[in-house]
This record gives sequence, structure tokens and C-alpha cells, in this order.
Amino acid sequence: MKDALRGVLAGVALSALASGATAQEDAKLIVNGEIEMVTTTTAPEHLEGAFREIRSGWTFRTPETQALQMDDFENPAMIAVDRAQVVWDAVDGTEGNSCSSCHGTVDESMAGVRAVYPKWNEDAGEVRTLEMQINDCRENRMGAEPWDYGSTGMIDMTALISIPSRGMPVNVAIDGPAQSTWEKGKEIYYTRFGQLELACANCHEDNYDNLIRADHLSMGMTNGFPVYRLRNTRLNSTHQRFRGCIRDTRAETFAVGSPEFVALELYVASRGNGLSVEAPSVRN
Amino acid sequence: MADGKPRVRVPKTASAGEQITIKTLISHKMESGQRKDGDGNPIPRQIINRFTAEFNGEVVIDVTMEPAISTNPYFEFDAVVPESGEFVFTWYDDNGDVYTTSSPITVS
Repeated sequence: MKDALRGVLAGVALSALASGATAQEDAKLIVNGEIEMVTTTTAPEHLEGAFREIRSGWTFRTPETQALQMDDFENPAMIAVDRAQVVWDAVDGTEGNSCSSCHGTVDESMAGVRAVYPKWNEDAGEVRTLEMQINDCRENRMGAEPWDYGSTGMIDMTALISIPSRGMPVNVAIDGPAQSTWEKGKEIYYTRFGQLELACANCHEDNYDNLIRADHLSMGMTNGFPVYRLRNTRLNSTHQRFRGCIRDTRAETFAVGSPEFVALELYVASRGNGLSVEAPSVRN
Repeated sequence: MADGKPRVRVPKTASAGEQITIKTLISHKMESGQRKDGDGNPIPRQIINRFTAEFNGEVVIDVTMEPAISTNPYFEFDAVVPESGEFVFTWYDDNGDVYTTSSPITVS
């Protein structure tokens, strides 16, 4: 009896804590007073009832962190975007091309791109992430050295390319030729890794909104990537985040840029279909 | 890298006599001249030493900047706009470069 009572009390305390942590759930994300973001929406059908609605990671953060993303002057990721804008216009490689030689301005040519990646590439016969596509351009159209997958230059460029897609709904294709990659990603999502035997789903599906030690678990959506993290004060790519998560399960992780992470990126992106592209976002 | 790339935010419209908030930021390394490189040689100073904002030719703000100011200097200030016109922002680099950008505003 006493134990049962204690359980009830603990339950009350826990729920009080949880509601305190999510006080900002109803906050609206409007960037620069212009771009209205969808941060909560109906879950995509393929989730088969795992969630009733999906929430952007932004809704799990404190008001202070949320505010950083609402104004580009406060968002530290915009420095990276400025850096990438210079690179976009700079000629590199043997072909005498810059990004802008073929694509023109970022605002015109890249609108909507971030929302549909990772995406099946017919010529290459594989699902490609933004990073893979950027390196394909660099090698084959510019005759330049490819960037390291997780390098600062690469992440800066993905942040720049995301800018004109902000506010558009994430809409990655999971059927057709991409389906087998998507299924591989789904398998990884539900596979327990590491000494702690944790799958992505154990935290981000079964326990979102709960605290894992001091961290407030989100639904693990990727609509804000690349994200500026306050904990390491730089932009982080999706794959780097995956690596961090899997490392925390005390597992040998997949490599950044590996086919496993590409598949997982596609699957996780598809879980967020319908949320607005927020990249580059600010998280803790 | 991206030195000298300015960003400004000025409201597009305002009412006459209204106080508006202007935000400016320029990416710049603001090398203080106090640091040494790996071989112990001093790194020469290169900062933005002056920032000005003008509205229709009239000075709104004129700032002398010193080496203690950190990288990517950010200024936020208020201004009262009596009429439609254009803000012109100018940053002066130690190396002689001048970065400038402008924003129109309509007063109704």
C-alpha cells in the first residue's frame, strides 16, 4: 500500500515536471516576423499510429532557445550562411565554375530543395543526401576536390541551401525506387544498438517529452537540420547527430556519410513529413 | 572568409515620427593586433574602425570602434523617421575597404 502510494506521488511529481518543461508547447514559431512555421501537425500515415501528431524539436526547447531561432540576427547559424554565400559565388576547381555559374542565385534555384532531400537520383541509381549532391557537383561539374562529408564547409553549404526552403513542408518521397532504402532506414530506427540496447524509437517514440537525465527528449525530427547546437556552438549535420545518439547507446556507430546513415536520414526525414523546414535551426 | 558581408534590418514601412529599431551585423574577424601566430609573430591589427548610418544624407549614428570589440560586430539602435527615404550604412575597415549597404523605408 505504502509503495503504491509512493508510486502515485512519484507519478504526480513527474507529470508536474513534464508539464513545466513543455509550457511552451503552444508557442508559435514565426521567423523574422515573416515566415510562419508549422511546428505541430498530423502524423504521416506510414507511422501507423505511432504518433497522433508530430512536433518539431523547437517545441521541446526553452523559451530562450526558441527565441534565438525567431530572429536571424539572434540565430548564430546565420554566420555560417554568410560564409557559404561567399563560397557559392567563388570559382573552384578546373572547370572554372562556381555554384552560381550553373544555379544562379540560391533564393531562386534552391527553393524547395531542402524539403525533398534525401531524394532518389535516377542517374546514380541511389538515394542521395544534399551533401552527396553537393559533392557530385563539385567533382563532376566544377572539377574540384570533394568536401569531407561532415566538414564545416559542407555543413555551411547545406545551411545556405536550406534558407529558401524555410517554411515549406518537409515532403520526402518514400515510395518508388526510394522504398528499399527507406525500409532499410526504418529497420535501423527500430533496431536496438549498443550496450544499453536502445533503438532510436525507445527514446524518440516511446519516451518523447520525458527527461533522460537532464535532457528533454524530442521526437527526433530532422526538419531543423543542420542545427546550431548551443552545447558545441557550431552547426551540426543530421549524420553527426545520429552518430552522437548511437554513441550514447555505447555502440560502435556507423560513419558519417555511410549508406546506413543515408537510409536512416531518409526514414527519419519521412517521419517529419508535414513539418516546416526550419534549417538552420537552434537547439541545445 | 566572409569578411565584410553586412546584414541590416530596417522596417519597410513606418508612420511619420515613429521610432523604429534598426539592427545591423557585419561578419568580420576583428583581429585586435594583440595576438600572435604559431611562430610568435604578432598578427597585424585589422578591425572595422568606424561605422556610420545616414538617412537621406543626414548622419544618424557615427561610431568609432576599438580593438576590444569582438568578431562580427552587431549594432542595434533606434531612429525616428520624418519622411520616406533611404538609410545608408557604411563600415570602414583598417585595410581601407569600405563596405556599404542601403535600405529604403516608406513613411505613410
